[in-house]
Amino acid sequence: MSAPKTLYDKIWDAHVVSQDEDGTCLLYIDRHLVHEVTSPQAFEGLRMTGRAVRAPDKTIAVPDHNVPTTTDRASGVIENEESRIQVNALDKNARDFGVHYYPVSDVRQGIVHIVGPEQGWTLPGMTVVCGDSHTATHGAFGALAHGIGTSEVEHVLATQTLIQSKSKNMKVEITGKLRPGVTAKDITLSVIGATGTAGGTGHVIEYCGEAIRALSMEGRMTVCNMAIEGGARAGLIAPDETTFEYVKGRAHAPKGAQWEAALNWWKTLFTDEGAHFDKVVTIRGEDIAPVVTWGTSPEDVLPISGVVPAAADFKGGKVEAAQRSLDYMGLKPGTKLEDIAIDVVFIGSCTNGRIEDLRAAAEVVKGRKLADGVRAMVVPGSGLVRAQAEEEGLDQIFLDAGFEWRMAGCSMCLAMNPDQLAPGERCASTSNRNFEGRQGRNGRTHLMSPAMAAAAAVTGKLTDVRKLMELEEA
Amino acid sequence: MDKFEKLTGVAAPMPLVNIDTDMIIPKNFLKTIKRSGLGVHAFAEMRYDDNGNENPDFVLNKPQYREAQVLVAGDNFGCGSSREHAPWALADFGIKVVISTSFADIFFNNCFKNGMLPIVLPQEQVDLLMKDAEKGSNARMTVDLENQQITTSEGDVIPFDVDAFKKHCLLEGLDDIGLTLAKASAIDSFEAQAAQSRPWV
Repeated sequence: MSAPKTLYDKIWDAHVVSQDEDGTCLLYIDRHLVHEVTSPQAFEGLRMTGRAVRAPDKTIAVPDHNVPTTTDRASGVIENEESRIQVNALDKNARDFGVHYYPVSDVRQGIVHIVGPEQGWTLPGMTVVCGDSHTATHGAFGALAHGIGTSEVEHVLATQTLIQSKSKNMKVEITGKLRPGVTAKDITLSVIGATGTAGGTGHVIEYCGEAIRALSMEGRMTVCNMAIEGGARAGLIAPDETTFEYVKGRAHAPKGAQWEAALNWWKTLFTDEGAHFDKVVTIRGEDIAPVVTWGTSPEDVLPISGVVPAAADFKGGKVEAAQRSLDYMGLKPGTKLEDIAIDVVFIGSCTNGRIEDLRAAAEVVKGRKLADGVRAMVVPGSGLVRAQAEEEGLDQIFLDAGFEWRMAGCSMCLAMNPDQLAPGERCASTSNRNFEGRQGRNGRTHLMSPAMAAAAAVTGKLTDVRKLMELEEA
Repeated sequence: MDKFEKLTGVAAPMPLVNIDTDMIIPKNFLKTIKRSGLGVHAFAEMRYDDNGNENPDFVLNKPQYREAQVLVAGDNFGCGSSREHAPWALADFGIKVVISTSFADIFFNNCFKNGMLPIVLPQEQVDLLMKDAEKGSNARMTVDLENQQITTSEGDVIPFDVDAFKKHCLLEGLDDIGLTLAKASAIDSFEAQAAQSRPWV
């Protein structure tokens, strides 16, 4: 009998094309997702060397980072010249090289990490890459998925492979049940808070445990999405009935006999009893509270009941970094997090722009109004998420409360389009990064779940959403 | 790709931990469709004020570090976004070597694709090099890839590890794609076999 393997080991082994003596492998890539920001130089490289895209059928392109999200974008004109050039370049590259493409005008357009799973491109056991660090999202399906740089984008376009060394195995187990009001976002932020932004460096994380198994696919995608914020190469969750049910019937999922064959293999994709993990982190689901970030690193996580820390609470290089964060964020140590007033609310992104996220936010917003002076926007992760939300009447709930209801795109998660914070503005955001300047120069970001962001929108302050929910104590 | 063999130059100290790729190259400079010309925007939000004037306190604006070729940085350098614009911007500025206790994986890999050498060393040695870098432009350090060693301005020699394949590619300036295409028959066989075992892919 062969040695017990982790889920990561199994997917890795199934994709090794060749292995050099020093262990460096050529890994086959099943799906290559492409967006407009990190691909133009790669396509240009192909042109300069006269190379073709090796597997256009496995290459899926969609513009998302730069696209405006205002409803008037249907006119087809992107005002910012550089953004327009980048989106036009993707239009042309997709056409010239014959890859699958969802242009801005297509209802299926959206954030690449939402479109992939939605269209059934992402399947269990696959290798998935994209020139975007949040490719980790697709790990929710038990696919080995990670971000790559533009040189590697060109490498995958030309060869459908990547030169890779194997990462270590790390297990993150969330035991037990989550308390009411606690979501997948709180899990993933709490893990980063516990391990730090370099805690997963050099590792592929497998998330497991009862609390993970109980999550929907949307929640699992939220958890895996932020594996990169924990420094991990990728995040994985073993596929199960929840996964299969989500995948079945999607446009590019296998059908008929192929579905049965695929299912047979997918059911073998789990970590064997006794397989070795280089690092193990265990967190009790019951111990996780709704959390927010206070600083400018995703590891700066605290329960909403907490207070702003002092730089002296930290050690080593983090002391200077914490002081810099406090200055940047304009926060005084000892301030209750719930006393921090916000100016802007952003609900969306590849972390939290799926239908379940919009439902969770709408549930809190329903029958309430935006607090005075708060600007808030909901940016669905794809045109289909937007359509689904409209069918459920969620758009009206948001509009009635005073939110803007936008078209799909990355939007204020990284503010490459016009959706940006003004200097000094403070945002309750469902996105993934609170870095300096991320949402606009000198803008201040607090990361949290959609329900928590919705609570902040209606109170005007960071707020424990449980106070606004009719909760039955578990 | 440009070769990297050996350099002797000024090292700039940047002790801040968790320097992310948004700091190295803010998103408003990602709209380019070229690889070149990003050096002037490297660390833009730390380097320039709201009016675009240089912030005199930022290390790379100080006269002694304007020609820096080496960065000695705090833990977890290059975390966050996968943007290869980060190493493009550093290289275009003139920085070819970054030394830290740890790097984010994607940034680390991206460096090697651009003739840059990221070096991981234990805290004590990074501290020593940080002190050396703090001496300014009179203290030039030498980074020798062939012999895998750094020589400080004081003559201290610090050895470092580097992946053998990556070292080979840097020393020879090899193009990864060319190397992989030489294995096209292995990729062909893998695809043929996968078409049987996983036809739904």
